[in-house]
Amino acid sequence: MIPDIGLIALIIAFGLSVYATLLSVNGGMSKRPDWVASARNAVVAVFALLTISVLSVVYSLNALDFSQAYVADVSSRAMSPFLRITALWGGQQGSVLFWAWLMAGFVAVVVIRKWDADRELMPYVMFVAMLTTTFFVGVVVFITNPFTKMWLVPGAQDLVIAIFQPLNGQQYIPADGSGLNPLLRHFGMIGHPPTTYLGFTGFVIPFSFAIAALMKNDTASDQWIRTVRRWSLVAWIFLSIGLILGGRWAYDVLGWGGFWGWDPVENAMLMPWLTGTAFLHSVMMTEKRGMLKKWNILLIILTYSLSLFGTFITRTGVIGSVHAFSKTALGPAFLIFISITFLGAMTLLMMRWSSLKAEHELESLFSREAAFVLQNMLFLAITIAVLWGTVFPLITELFTNTKITVGPPYFKKVTGPMFLALITLMGITPMLAWRKQTLNKLLSRLAVPLAGALITAIAWALLNPKSPAISLFSIAMAAFVTLSILAEFWRGTRIRMSTRGENPLTALLKLVVNNRRRFGGYIIHLGVIMIALGFIGDAFYKLETQGTLSAGESLTIGQYSLRFDGLEGYMGSDGREIVEASTVLFKDGKQVKVLNPRRDYFVVQQQPVSIAGVYSTPGEDVYVLLVGWESISNQNTTFKIYVNPLINWVWIGGFVLALGVLIGTWSQARGRSEATYSLKNQPEDVATSGSVVVPGIGD
Amino acid sequence: MTRNRLLLLVLFAAMASLFITAKVYAQDPAPTPASATVPSDNEVNLVAKKLYCPVCPNTPLDVCETQACKDWRAQIRDQLASGWTEKEVMDYFVTQYGERVLAEPERGGFTSLVWMLPLLIVALGLVFVGLVLKSWRVSRLSRPLVQTETQTGTGISKQILDKIEAEIRKVD
Repeated sequence: MIPDIGLIALIIAFGLSVYATLLSVNGGMSKRPDWVASARNAVVAVFALLTISVLSVVYSLNALDFSQAYVADVSSRAMSPFLRITALWGGQQGSVLFWAWLMAGFVAVVVIRKWDADRELMPYVMFVAMLTTTFFVGVVVFITNPFTKMWLVPGAQDLVIAIFQPLNGQQYIPADGSGLNPLLRHFGMIGHPPTTYLGFTGFVIPFSFAIAALMKNDTASDQWIRTVRRWSLVAWIFLSIGLILGGRWAYDVLGWGGFWGWDPVENAMLMPWLTGTAFLHSVMMTEKRGMLKKWNILLIILTYSLSLFGTFITRTGVIGSVHAFSKTALGPAFLIFISITFLGAMTLLMMRWSSLKAEHELESLFSREAAFVLQNMLFLAITIAVLWGTVFPLITELFTNTKITVGPPYFKKVTGPMFLALITLMGITPMLAWRKQTLNKLLSRLAVPLAGALITAIAWALLNPKSPAISLFSIAMAAFVTLSILAEFWRGTRIRMSTRGENPLTALLKLVVNNRRRFGGYIIHLGVIMIALGFIGDAFYKLETQGTLSAGESLTIGQYSLRFDGLEGYMGSDGREIVEASTVLFKDGKQVKVLNPRRDYFVVQQQPVSIAGVYSTPGEDVYVLLVGWESISNQNTTFKIYVNPLINWVWIGGFVLALGVLIGTWSQARGRSEATYSLKNQPEDVATSGSVVVPGIGD
Repeated sequence: MTRNRLLLLVLFAAMASLFITAKVYAQDPAPTPASATVPSDNEVNLVAKKLYCPVCPNTPLDVCETQACKDWRAQIRDQLASGWTEKEVMDYFVTQYGERVLAEPERGGFTSLVWMLPLLIVALGLVFVGLVLKSWRVSRLSRPLVQTETQTGTGISKQILDKIEAEIRKVD
């Protein structure tokens, strides 16, 4: 009964998606506001109907309605109600429905909000966004339908999976489901898919606006860029958090002591993040200086296409990977849709090429503009390098018939230097003014951060004498960026203190509150540096050792030693066999923590999961894995220990990123525009730049 | 201006040097020599780390937990114990299971392409950035300031006019 309601809602949603797509563009072209209004209502209805559909799946998952093939696949009696609900995105069918629902949600919010600024554009925005939504709802209806049942058909070897009863078919209802993949039963994997999907689907909004502006040939006004800024940031932060949660999951569950493995699926997520980050920066060039218009549109097309590509890789398992836990006939449909999206958008961009002229020219190569362009190039170059490394095994197989692996060493060696260059630019660029910068002024502003960076590097080298040169340079650059950002906070606070007589705390708070975009951006940069520290620690200072111990013996690594006390085996509550070791960790001879690394074996799924014993401090983690034993006894038990320096800064950095985005997107009070230092000093800008005249540009 | 350009050149050179240092560092770590006694787990893992499991998708051999991988690690231990060098072990695995066991693609033959393209992209990217910036600046210098905007008969710039028109449309 409940699944039937979900199925009917889903089918009506598909029909209405098609309706909204066709009607919105027709209404826009033939200037029929009533058609556009009807399409708008249809968009809201699609979201409402998909909500019903999603809720019905959630209901079935929780109620353990094993007549549903999807429920039997991902839910089971042993799972807690919470896990049963998260199983919505634990398998193919549910996750594509979930994806379509999120996307419809984004589109509905966009069409419900006020249209004033973009009235002309909205029908086209709706058209583009609903075209994509229609595709996804269509995939749910026709290819990965979550409302299928299982049927026993005489003569057929396997169960037939279908919605309607096949000829002579008899419904099969198992007594229990297979349950969620054990690897996915972790908070990181519970938060990771929704945030990632919000990030992926969120980019449909800026993409739709960009394409709508091209279709309407309304790119001269750049209004769309102001409208989508906040949407892009929201999509970006969700994608960022999704990446970090995915890293946390890998660290806790996959048992290899790291958080980023350059796996194809990770790369698929990283690529839209890279181009999306470039886009967030390049739109600033358009807002403030009227530059890079074509480039913006190119970047958002790439970001969105790469988001689709990411879904394609994750959901079809086209490149074999630990993440791709499913395989279906989804591939061709996706590939065709991605090609149409990408080629269609690019064709449109080419057609409008000449209308997208930059408004301003450059006064000096030594300016913030030049730094932005260089930064954008680096982001794109990293994206291409990652894409190339990810698809290269397929290319090799195609041309030489040899299977090869492109593993982490490639990605580290190729992208590492480029990331380092980006970080360097991150420190310099805020010190550069728009248009031009005199060298003396720049040097005077860089002096303190550079000196600080040098001191940090020397101190670091003394503390870690075996540091390779490149790691010292990385640490120096991280210090340089941090100091140059803190210097901005300090400068602004001091000015407020002296001109307005405010106390330091008020001055700092008001500085941030009155310049949310600027200082929100700086806070995001600080978060990025923290994450970079985690990568520096991982790349240069990670230690590992492995050894086999009998009870009472110890294994030493760096300042730490681990004593093995015993091993025991027992049954877990949800069908897992647990083997757990008792160990004690000592630092410099003093006991710091009792650790119980274990190995859980999920009997039904035949899936082992390593759960590390971790001693975590802000400086480093000691990560202990139980990797082997001969028998459950107190002898010959093998442990692997990793010391992961600075790793916790990745997670802390994630929170700081979110804080920065929150500040940066917080709405400014009405009618007040944000002061931009760089433009203030240059009065001629008022005459030439459109951006200064427009109120509310900071919003 | 020339001083600025010089500084820019230095910056570019510094970035280029990052690549070189990275490469030098990459070749740096020396493999542990095989000792006469039974090699330790760490010595085995040092080799296994550079190999991928020949059967599981995307799993380095040193962390792979399947029985097959345990056997392969035991095999590496035996090979090291009988005096094989790291290179000999890796060559053996490549002959036995194909190039896919190498974590890092080889720098010769077809797979050298994977290394060359990123370098090419960065080089082209830098040239492109240089050309774009140069074109922006030249047009600036060759024309007086006012002509950077489309002028209309009224002497008001086209952008301002557009804005006024947009406002009028809104009132309508």
